[in-house]
Amino acid sequence: MGGVVGSRSGPTWAVHISAALLVLLWLLPTVGLLVSSFRTADQIAGSGWWQAALPTEQNLILRTDGSAAQAQHGGTYVIGGNLFAAGTQADISAWGTSVRDIAAYRPGETAKLRRGGTLTVQSNGDYRMESAAPFTAKRGQRVFVTAEVPPEFTLDNYRHVLLDPANSEGMARAFFNTLTVSIPATVIPILVAAFAAYALAWMEFPGRALLIAAVVGLLVVPLQLALIPLLSLHNAIGIGKGYIGVWLAHTGFGMPLAIYLLRNYMAGLPRETIESAKVDGATDFQVFLRIVLPLSFPAIASFAIFQFLWTWNDLLVALVFLIDATGETTVMTKQIVELMGTRGGNWEILATSAFVSITVPLVVFFALQRYLVRGLLAGSVK
Amino acid sequence: MQQALQGIVAILVAVGTCLAYYALSNWVLDRVVFPARGSNAGRNIARAGLVRPWLFLFPALAVLGLYLAWPVVETLRLSLTTRLPGGGSAFVGLDNYARMAAEPKFREALRNNMLWLVVVPALSTAFGLLAAQLTDRIRWGNIAKSLIFMPMAISFVGAAVIWKLVYDARPIEQPQIGILNAIYLALGGAEPQTWLTIPLWNNFLLMAVLIWIQTGFAMVILSAALRGIPEETIEAAIIDGAGPFQIFFLIKVPQISSTILVVWTTITVVVLKVFDIVFAMTNGQWETQVLANYMYDKLFRTGDWGVGSAAAMVIMLLVTPILVWNVLSARRERR
Repeated sequence: MGGVVGSRSGPTWAVHISAALLVLLWLLPTVGLLVSSFRTADQIAGSGWWQAALPTEQNLILRTDGSAAQAQHGGTYVIGGNLFAAGTQADISAWGTSVRDIAAYRPGETAKLRRGGTLTVQSNGDYRMESAAPFTAKRGQRVFVTAEVPPEFTLDNYRHVLLDPANSEGMARAFFNTLTVSIPATVIPILVAAFAAYALAWMEFPGRALLIAAVVGLLVVPLQLALIPLLSLHNAIGIGKGYIGVWLAHTGFGMPLAIYLLRNYMAGLPRETIESAKVDGATDFQVFLRIVLPLSFPAIASFAIFQFLWTWNDLLVALVFLIDATGETTVMTKQIVELMGTRGGNWEILATSAFVSITVPLVVFFALQRYLVRGLLAGSVK
Repeated sequence: MQQALQGIVAILVAVGTCLAYYALSNWVLDRVVFPARGSNAGRNIARAGLVRPWLFLFPALAVLGLYLAWPVVETLRLSLTTRLPGGGSAFVGLDNYARMAAEPKFREALRNNMLWLVVVPALSTAFGLLAAQLTDRIRWGNIAKSLIFMPMAISFVGAAVIWKLVYDARPIEQPQIGILNAIYLALGGAEPQTWLTIPLWNNFLLMAVLIWIQTGFAMVILSAALRGIPEETIEAAIIDGAGPFQIFFLIKVPQISSTILVVWTTITVVVLKVFDIVFAMTNGQWETQVLANYMYDKLFRTGDWGVGSAAAMVIMLLVTPILVWNVLSARRERR
């Protein structure tokens, strides 16, 4: 019997299909956002992202040229052209001139305009407005079209979000601010924790077991408790809100995990190596710097990845310790939350901004996954 | 540019200070305080050995004490006092807790947190177990694992955006761009639903985001545990005629029960602190409030430090059993 689980026979199709479904379920939400970030606002509104590769049927509001473009042919005034921007290949299935009946006409039919004259629209967007009297409206006639627009992917959203200096909601500054927060907040705790971890792993002193237990306990203390006391402290000693405060806070909050991971790893290093070095006259300081620290690289890498992901993705600590009233030091997570409030419907901006902030952790994740997994396996208290 | 410089300077200063501190303090200890020469060199070396661990530990202990241990005490104090206008504070006993307990929003947050506490660890662990079991048996299992694990790297805020698109609702006459509503309508639903505003159910939709993130974590740990099960126990079960489901639930799961417990408690701690998802997606509206967001509200929007600290203490209280259990099992393991 080729079972779903546990039997010794090779995996059956049922296993493959269930696994594929699970992966799909886990992947789809992210793919949806990624695809959306490459579509125009009209396309996002015109069809679900899962139909992005198909032409979309969109209801568009377009405009003919205004009176400035009219020409006189015999006794009639004519405005002609194409409703779509140059290069757009679209197929109009119905159109109208009133918002109350946006699909009143087929392509090729002629509509009487309220302000006088007639309008004919072809399926490719070519139009011709004719009138016996000159057109006076400076803005052109509104035309509601239902059109099949071919799929189109664009980098414009990214250009707008990242590179447009006029875009005050842009992510460029927030991106660098986030980087400014997370790199020092990752590097600083490592050295501090490494020395402590060495002491807890390889030095004998009274109270060691108690300290290790305290570190394990502090691992789960919610950082929520630290917000008000530490903000008051930062204000009292003059740090206030800013990078120094947020670096210190991240250093403190990351410290238990750093010590715990590094101590566990160091305690597993071969005793002979360290003792022979000591017999040869090396001091603890030298043993630590020359032997233990280099050998602990995998554990340091694990912690560094955790801490980097955590500080990059953090919102709460930045809100409390970093971002002041001027908003100069805003980070990406905060920027995205703001956009969700003000631009909740503009998915092209929201999706792109979110992806800008997600990309870096994803790259780190896929490049260094094996250290992350190793750290997780070592980090969960067994 | 200027802040990049500030960052680099900060790294250099911090690393430099650390190294200088360790090197200098060791030097002072060995050369000045307890020099290893003269008549009592031996005794001095021994004494230096007694002091040195504390030199290594001091910066870390200072940071831990100041940033994690002291705030617990200070928050407890704040939760028992009230701020007086013009500075200072007065002891008010359990007044803040009483005021908080009387607030409907707090009770709502507590109820929701309890729901989260049951649902998220249970489903994350279950999905993680399923994913581990499935992916361990196929050749493309590593790729599958990576993809299920990937949400781990995504911020809660990023995940909130991702899932908000899933839950998006458009008026019925427009095409749906949220996949949940598209499926709902395709299955015969009459009207697109604004999912996040439906009380009670919206809680589960927010939980889905955290389950989506935490399943990968559960899968990685449980997969390692499953691979550690001795082959003989499974072979013996097969010889005895056990079916695949019996093997899984009666042989494998009991053998990794301690790991399941670890995964469960780790996710529980994450759940208790959950803030960003609710903050970004509903901000506690439509009866989705949770404790961490309630606390943030009280501390930074209402400015009510007393009740905010009391809410923080409730979170601490809920974490405490796990804290104690972790400490005890860590000590047991070393023995």
